[in-house]
Amino acid sequence: MIRFENVQKWYGAYHALVDIDETVAKGEVVVVCGPSGSGKSTLIRTLNRLEPIQGGRILIDGHDVHGRNVKLNGLRAQIGFVFQQFNLFPHLTALQNCTLAPVELGRSKPAEAREQALALLDRVGLAAKANAYPAELSGGQQQRVAIARALAQAPRLMLFDEPTSALDPEMVGEVLLVMRDLARDGMTMMCVTHEMGFARDVADRVLFMDAGRVLERATPAEFFGRAQHPRAKQFLSDIRTPFVNVAAA
Amino acid sequence: MTVLQLVDTYWLYFLVGQYPNGPLGGLVLTLLLAALALALALPFGLLLGIARVSPYRAVRWPVSALVFVVRGTPLLMVVFWAYFFLPTVTGKKTDQFSTMLIALVVFDGAYLAEIVRAGIFGLGRGQMEAARSIGFSYAQAMRRVILPQALRHMLPSLVNQFVSTIKETSLGYIIGLTEVSFVASQINVQVFTMPAQVYAVLALTYFILCFGLSRFAFWLEARGRRRAAPGRAAARGIPT
Repeated sequence: MIRFENVQKWYGAYHALVDIDETVAKGEVVVVCGPSGSGKSTLIRTLNRLEPIQGGRILIDGHDVHGRNVKLNGLRAQIGFVFQQFNLFPHLTALQNCTLAPVELGRSKPAEAREQALALLDRVGLAAKANAYPAELSGGQQQRVAIARALAQAPRLMLFDEPTSALDPEMVGEVLLVMRDLARDGMTMMCVTHEMGFARDVADRVLFMDAGRVLERATPAEFFGRAQHPRAKQFLSDIRTPFVNVAAA
Repeated sequence: MTVLQLVDTYWLYFLVGQYPNGPLGGLVLTLLLAALALALALPFGLLLGIARVSPYRAVRWPVSALVFVVRGTPLLMVVFWAYFFLPTVTGKKTDQFSTMLIALVVFDGAYLAEIVRAGIFGLGRGQMEAARSIGFSYAQAMRRVILPQALRHMLPSLVNQFVSTIKETSLGYIIGLTEVSFVASQINVQVFTMPAQVYAVLALTYFILCFGLSRFAFWLEARGRRRAAPGRAAARGIPT
């Protein structure tokens, strides 16, 4: 479904993505992890062309995302994107956030879109908050609305860019639960996350990135059990026992 | 002569100038000029502001140049340009009212453009990215997501500029436009003994106009806030 072919990205002289060659199958859930600055957010942002690339190709169902002739808006409409900072539209209610794209892009009639949006808000457990504005919702609730908004596009693929990193700890679970259910319903997903529990339980595959390269690609069991690359081992040790390593350093 | 007698004698002249026996002037002309200038400068400034943040250099650069030139020039000079320079281009003399109107629209349009630009930048790029990610074109994102929020945030600055516009109409005096300041100075010449009182009435008139507009905007803002986020503070941070 997704193919990265020798993808290269530079920020000026900085080589942010190096020789990326990956494939994601339909229905697969791939977790991308790695230290900050490793290029994992950049990687999934290239998938809907929020970031341009300078070399290689990215194909989604055969469409060259960065090609000249791609219908970018149409392609983006089929890819759900969930941001770290939610990025809900604060001047619209939860319901309006979900109906905006389907109605404005002419995919659904207003009444139809409203019904679908209510069903989606119900699915993320927020039917009661349909008429609330983002400012009236907690972080966890906002992120769940953001997921519902992305689902309202009827996407073929969902991308998550550190969806729980901006949340208070007690709200992380509710968002991960929604994502897990989504994965179980067969959605193709790519998630940048530091939630290793989620990776272990839900992911089909884990990609470990450092300095713009994918250093490990493995099933969660392999990755957490016997990561090969020293950087990956270091990373796993750091997130498991942060105090010990800081104290030792 | 008392202030009451002054007002009693000259109120009609102050209000409408020599109308209906001569051209319309006075306070009504000031109001007309200000209202037209606001009505035209806002869409003009909005267009310029959107052009200022355009991803296309060919759009962005000429407008930026215009904005910099206008901002680096006193309004009085823009008025002189419109009055003396414009006729050499168009071939016929522009009347004082149109001159002032053009000058105000160009001048305030440039300032409004900067307010619009700041309002759009103030949103951060997350909103634009989110709007593009759901499949919106740049124009759709601007119209449905960016501008509705940016305009709301801009309201205080916009009003500030509008209040300035009202006061700037008084520069019409320089080219002989019979707006309210001009009329007041005429009255002062005729009465001769009460300059303080005449100009106090003029000052009070401007103050009422500008203060009224500020209060109106304040009310508008408060109403918008209620509609956008009822109980905003109370609801924040309540976990599920």
